[in-house]
Amino acid sequence: MPPKPCALCHTERAIIKRPKTGQQICKDCFFRVFETEVHNTIVDSKLFKPGDRVAIGASGGKDSTVLAYVMKTLNDRYDYGLELFLLSIDEGITGYRDDSLETVKRNQVQYGLPLKILSYDELYGWTMDAVVAQVGRKNNCTFCGVFRRQALDRGAAALGVDHIVTGHNADDIAETVLMNIMRGDIARLGRCTLICTQSEDTIKRSKPFKYAYEKEIVMYAYFKKLDYFSTECIYAPDAYRGHARAFLKSLEAARPSAIIDIIHSGEAFEVAEQVQQGMKAQQTCKRCGYISSNDLCKACTLLEGLERGLGSLAVKDSKKLESDSTTAPDASMRTIPFFQRTPGAAAAVEEPTPA
Amino acid sequence: MSSDALALKVEFTGGLELLFDNKKKYTVSLPRTTDDAPTNLTHLILWLKDNLLKERPELFVEERTVRPGILVLVNETDWELEGEGDYQLKDGDEIIFISTLHGG
Ligand SMILES: [Zn+2]
Ligand SMILES: [Zn+2]
Repeated sequence: MPPKPCALCHTERAIIKRPKTGQQICKDCFFRVFETEVHNTIVDSKLFKPGDRVAIGASGGKDSTVLAYVMKTLNDRYDYGLELFLLSIDEGITGYRDDSLETVKRNQVQYGLPLKILSYDELYGWTMDAVVAQVGRKNNCTFCGVFRRQALDRGAAALGVDHIVTGHNADDIAETVLMNIMRGDIARLGRCTLICTQSEDTIKRSKPFKYAYEKEIVMYAYFKKLDYFSTECIYAPDAYRGHARAFLKSLEAARPSAIIDIIHSGEAFEVAEQVQQGMKAQQTCKRCGYISSNDLCKACTLLEGLERGLGSLAVKDSKKLESDSTTAPDASMRTIPFFQRTPGAAAAVEEPTPA
Repeated sequence: MSSDALALKVEFTGGLELLFDNKKKYTVSLPRTTDDAPTNLTHLILWLKDNLLKERPELFVEERTVRPGILVLVNETDWELEGEGDYQLKDGDEIIFISTLHGG
């Protein structure tokens, strides 16, 4: 087949067919439109203001690696005036996270961004290796998910940042919409398409890649020769999510716009007021101070289960465990340090204090 | 020089190499015709499945093509611009398979 000219500049040879538009474009035009679309998402959603301190949740994987590169590029190009940080969570998974953290450390040097690593071990006293040794491979993803969410917020608080950006892309969001519909989880369905979420007392989180297709993120990383890590977590991936992903990819193969269409339909759902009222009000955890809808937050409940050697029970029957436990733990039990957030004030954590 | 075989460079990345003996780069030799037709990318994919793939074929192939979510580049160009499976392979072609399905 003869080379096809780029649909945008009409001079260079096209190297990619965009899934969103079907347009065939050259490498330089691809870089430019990809970056410009992320910039437009950021501007249209008013995600940042000058002077914001922003942590990029960095796993070493493709999405967060491309996000770090693009955030740095756009911050320089458009003068956002942001102070950017890399924030990584070390779940303590030998042969997986230790390798991907090496990637993040190289990114730190390559992009010149300060890096903070917070480990489950230092925060909870448990690595995922140790959790799996106790609870097995069935519910371990529940622990990891709950622990990661809180660890990111605490890492961000330690950095004194206002905002965490994550690498969730259009495919991830469409997949989550599908999963929430299949599970009938109305509360999450209403929230999962929001580009930015913030409940009082937690740090703002947003997804600048909300409209970026996974195909383009991977192609961008490939053509830019970005250094990323790609291995499945050794502790069984989320099977339910796996099915949703396979289904979504088949839809995309039949009609590439399906991904954006699903996000738009997720956005169009309106959650009735009585449903919203039925949702629990937020308070703070009586033990660790983290935001929670019960007396004890999910992380404290799970941690208490682990400390008592009842880890699996904590997942299945957290209500029971919660009502059994007093708000004061046994002296021998490890607990999470109390969560305090004073924006900006904790900024000096990583920097040595001048003498 | 015409010989009876096509020499191809094949690369697996984005986590796909795990299915191929954890090795990323291969040099592959295929006949110029397969089933009385010029050898194309579909033939290559099926050949890779039968000859190089070490485990879990369902993670690589689905109904005579790559599983949705695997990107294919032909000489640094998206295979969607090259006719996908119908692309007729030439001697010296570089084919890259990238999984998008591994961790973000
Ligand atoms: Zn162009
Ligand atoms: Zn708590």
